[in-house]
Amino acid sequence: MSSRTFPPERRSENPEISSQGSPKRELRGFRTGTEYGRGLRPLSIATLVAVPIALVLVFFYAPIEAEEGFLQKIFYLHVPLAIVTLCGFVIGGLLAIVHLRTRDRKWDLRSYVAIHMGLIFGVGTLITGSIWARGSWGHWWVWSEPTLVSFLIVILLYATYQPLRFAIEDPERQARYASVFAIVAGAFVPMNFLAVRLSTAYLHPRVLGSSSNLPPKMAFTFLVSLVAISLLFATLCSYELTAKRTRMLLKARSRTLGFR
Amino acid sequence: MTPLATSIPGSSNNGYVAAAYIVFFAIVLVYVAIMALRLTRVERGLRELNARAAARGQDEAKHDETPSHSQTREREVV
Repeated sequence: MSSRTFPPERRSENPEISSQGSPKRELRGFRTGTEYGRGLRPLSIATLVAVPIALVLVFFYAPIEAEEGFLQKIFYLHVPLAIVTLCGFVIGGLLAIVHLRTRDRKWDLRSYVAIHMGLIFGVGTLITGSIWARGSWGHWWVWSEPTLVSFLIVILLYATYQPLRFAIEDPERQARYASVFAIVAGAFVPMNFLAVRLSTAYLHPRVLGSSSNLPPKMAFTFLVSLVAISLLFATLCSYELTAKRTRMLLKARSRTLGFR
Repeated sequence: MTPLATSIPGSSNNGYVAAAYIVFFAIVLVYVAIMALRLTRVERGLRELNARAAARGQDEAKHDETPSHSQTREREVV
């Protein structure tokens, strides 16, 4: 599809196109698009409340598991992180679909931010998982474990997203190619998850399934931790989007005033 | 059902738990610090922009007050 078919107001939200789009268009996009910073404060407050509550529940409410003892407390951080990471990648793919359907750049920006944040949380998942593996299995990493290796493959796959994206200079092509990548990689995530679950030989415990029924106190703590990590993810995404939009607004204003 | 401990087990693995939580919150902290630095840069840019806009406004006001050369010449001719 030719870039000429894009309506001007839809070119407004991408920080990479702001150097090429006209300032009036960019400002129009800011006015008609989304108010930057909207929802950031309630999200931040919710996160600041939820995270300490989750920590209190993890360390003072949840019972200690018999086999691993206190080490099992990492479960309440590592598993929600992994779930939120994979959901972030899938959401990035869904937002990319919306971008390709609507040609609206704001969806591309949201997809980019979801994947960017997913990558950060994914690194956190790998590190916390590694620490847990060292304490529990005596090894930092087990290459024969499909869950670990598949998660690493997903992270490495998404690690190529940013170099691919910023290797393309033309903003229209950049957004389109990044969206296609996000959709294909996003589809790979659930497939990968299913493939790992279907494998028979594994050491890594299954969290979502009939064999891992948690006692009510543990299940409640896990759910609160999942909500807290999800809120943290949403808050950081909102923070990143707000910062990007503010930078774009500043650039657009300075060009409108003829300073750059 | 996940088995629960009847008594508090030996705490030989406490360091790993602390390390996992500290590492994660350190990652978040580093990210927030980077964002704060970027925000500082944006604020500086905004201050510069405001200052330049104000300076330009003053220049334009002066320009409007002082008559141009052509206007002066017209007055001389009259």
